[in-house]
Amino acid sequence: MSNERHVDQVTGVETTGHVWDDDIRELNKPLPRWWLLSFYACILWAVGYWIAYPAWPVIAGGYTKGVLGYSQRATVAREVATASQAQSGLREQIAKTPIGDILKSPDLARFADAAGRQSFAENCAPCHGRGAQGSPGYPNLRDDDWLWGGKPEDIMQTLRFGIRSEHKQTRTSQMPRYGLEKLLDDAQINDVAEHVLSLSGTNTDKGAATRGAVIYKEQCVTCHGDEGKGKQEQGAPNLTDKIWLYGSSKDAVMQSIRTGRGGVMPAWEGRLDPVTIKSLAVYVHSLGGGQ
Amino acid sequence: MKHEVFEKNSILLLVGILVMVSIGGMVQILPLFWVDSTIEKVRGMRPYTPLEQAGRDIYIREGCYNCHSQMIRTLRDEVERYGHYSLAAESMYDHPFQWGSKRTGPDLARVGAKYSDQWHGEHLTNPRALVPESIMPGYPWLARTPLQYADITERMKTLRMVGVPYTDAMIQNAMKDVKAQIDPESRAARELLTRYPKAKVVRFDSRTVTEPSELDALVAYLQILGQMVDFTSFDAAGPNLR
Repeated sequence: MSNERHVDQVTGVETTGHVWDDDIRELNKPLPRWWLLSFYACILWAVGYWIAYPAWPVIAGGYTKGVLGYSQRATVAREVATASQAQSGLREQIAKTPIGDILKSPDLARFADAAGRQSFAENCAPCHGRGAQGSPGYPNLRDDDWLWGGKPEDIMQTLRFGIRSEHKQTRTSQMPRYGLEKLLDDAQINDVAEHVLSLSGTNTDKGAATRGAVIYKEQCVTCHGDEGKGKQEQGAPNLTDKIWLYGSSKDAVMQSIRTGRGGVMPAWEGRLDPVTIKSLAVYVHSLGGGQ
Repeated sequence: MKHEVFEKNSILLLVGILVMVSIGGMVQILPLFWVDSTIEKVRGMRPYTPLEQAGRDIYIREGCYNCHSQMIRTLRDEVERYGHYSLAAESMYDHPFQWGSKRTGPDLARVGAKYSDQWHGEHLTNPRALVPESIMPGYPWLARTPLQYADITERMKTLRMVGVPYTDAMIQNAMKDVKAQIDPESRAARELLTRYPKAKVVRFDSRTVTEPSELDALVAYLQILGQMVDFTSFDAAGPNLR
């Protein structure tokens, strides 16, 4: 590399001074000025950023906090608080009003219904469906058949503590696993299923149903009642209607007797705030089946 | 400036590049190991149970992270939808972490305890049976594939080498704990809970087997996500404010 300046004769541009194979040279094309200026501006910007925002770790164990005192976590806390304050009048009223009275107050009910609808879509719809129509194993919330009660207070208790959940105050009951524990054999289960279906008039085998009725008296009446109307305090479903949580086919009924089922609803207390839970109860109650 | 010496010696150029890149890396990465506030001081974090850990391996094997993140960001819409923003402490025993930035499906950082085990089982087998509008693929083989966990003790030892605080008791009982976590109300399950508080013993309605399936492992893992930290004792201010 030589230090003397050399200008390419064809283009009139200075070369870098490199020479390969005696006569191949490289034009010296420095970065455009606008590019260089932007580059230096970025460096300046970074320095400003270091001063303004949290940036550098320091030996003592922390980091420079920046003169603006910016904090992502403080920001989100403030935004949540501001939003909640904007609704504070209504939220506070919902918090202190018993749920039965919320339903009587159009303003509160409308607010709770809207809040509940939002929360339902995120938290409840995966099991109960977008429209609360349910699916096998997950109750339809629009009908008037309630396993654990359809009054606003009942719905709220189910929401707060769940069903067979991890919560200490959960609603709980367990139907025996008649098949898995070999309490009944397959023929007996078939007969009981026929009897159960006969309660809603959908059985096919009269003889089996009569035999099943005897077993029903021994095994099932404690929870489902003499007439099969069920007991809400035990979550025992009404067997006389045509609403079936796990399907109306004989196979589905037999499977329920065999395994005892035992669906779980999670507890929402602690996960959702009390106002949201109350709003959800209002929303679910308003879906049509509330008592 | 004399570049000539670099330009004429490719090895020297390579070394020079490595030196420069290393400085950049050191400045960005190394301080995180010394800054006290990188990982919050929290209560409740524990290593995964053997079954949860096995489930985590399945989560990674099936590529769940391609569509699901595990990172609730510090934004109002995220904390109102998913719950408390994720803490660094919550993934300190994850190797590798599953934060992610791709959300074709919802964030799973706090999916634990949100749905029932039965729901997870049915949903993983056939998502559209429960959520008709879902575009998640089904994973029907998980339920019928027995979990391979003969090497779980070795895997836990490896994790201990990289800093996961498995105790000797945890490692000795690993094989037993795998089975205990699908056996509700058993003595083994109670022992498991003393070693791993808040562990979720997986329940399915019609279980008759005693060996876990891959589905059991994955559900055990999903059910603990975001559930370990005791947020009632978490100080959101002070050094944790950032």
